[in-house]
Amino acid sequence: MTIYGVALLAGCYLAGQILGELLGESMGIEANVGGVGFAMLLLIFLHDFSSKKAPLATETERGITFWSNMYIPVIVAMSATQNVRIALSSGWVALLAGIVPVLVCFAAIPVLAAFSKNKKAA
Amino acid sequence: MDIISKFLEKNGLVFAFFTTGVVMFASFWVSSKWTNKKIPGAAIAILAGLVLAYIGGEVTHGEKGIADIKIFSGFAQMGGSMFRDFTIVATAMGASFVLMKQTGWLGIVSLLLGIALAFASGVAIALAAGYSDAKSLTTIGAGACTFIVGPVTGSAIGASSDVIALSIAAGVVKSVFVTIGTPAVARFIGLNNPHSAMIFGGLMGTTSGVAAGLAATDPKLVPYGALTATFYTGLGCLLCPSILYLLMDFIF
Repeated sequence: MTIYGVALLAGCYLAGQILGELLGESMGIEANVGGVGFAMLLLIFLHDFSSKKAPLATETERGITFWSNMYIPVIVAMSATQNVRIALSSGWVALLAGIVPVLVCFAAIPVLAAFSKNKKAA
Repeated sequence: MDIISKFLEKNGLVFAFFTTGVVMFASFWVSSKWTNKKIPGAAIAILAGLVLAYIGGEVTHGEKGIADIKIFSGFAQMGGSMFRDFTIVATAMGASFVLMKQTGWLGIVSLLLGIALAFASGVAIALAAGYSDAKSLTTIGAGACTFIVGPVTGSAIGASSDVIALSIAAGVVKSVFVTIGTPAVARFIGLNNPHSAMIFGGLMGTTSGVAAGLAATDPKLVPYGALTATFYTGLGCLLCPSILYLLMDFIF
């Protein structure tokens, strides 16, 4: 049944997020540390595990893939709720402080990628 | 008219599903008819979302873009962090566990480097703008990480409220710029495989920017970027008000 897939996804989401909250709390900071990451790892692990023992029924998988396909529309809706006006009208300090780090990091991607590939080869 | 707007307000989330569907349809149509699919439909749709957000902000002077217009209030739910994170987790279905394990250490390196680079360049710009006290410099540097790290750091170390507002604005600019910039530069920086997507997520860190930027570039890369990015804000909130602030305090 489709709901089994949705429930499996929801279970992974909740478990991961609460782990992220607790981790943040234990480090004494007001932020979720890696909640989405833990949830993703849990889902991948369970999916991997079950595909060896007892593969999920197609209907069950559909409950998860539906939400995965809804991802881009949700991101479009998220974009439509960003505070774009503030971003554009808050003066050059905010603009530069937002843009320059991104440019620096763009430049760092090929460097890190090359570095890690060399290490793998060695 | 009043009945219709009340009706749409009451059914906000469903109306947001409908509106987003129309935006997506129009965007994919434009992508295939006008750009011969050179610009992906998802990228156009996300850009259209940002334009709608700007219009919403201009009309209402609120903070939540189009969602501040009452009939579009459902966008706040549909585009809120719960649905965003729920759908990101769902994309993990198509990801490879082995690959993530192989590049796990790289994720940690890129996270630390990403925070250091963003913080340092934020501080450099704050210095150029004439700020010279450790608290303001740290807060603006933290804002260059994400729009959550900025205010969390600022209020933890007691920065002034205008500096905190500035740090939020810097973080929002970053998130919007990552969204728009990523598909444009992806080809030049080799952002076309899970390996570089994980580095990208760790370096940029802004979950919304990374998620939207990768979606517009290649949706298959989303889970890899999201996996590392999800640790960034927490790590930033940990490092900025502590080690990095002490470092700033020591220098200035």
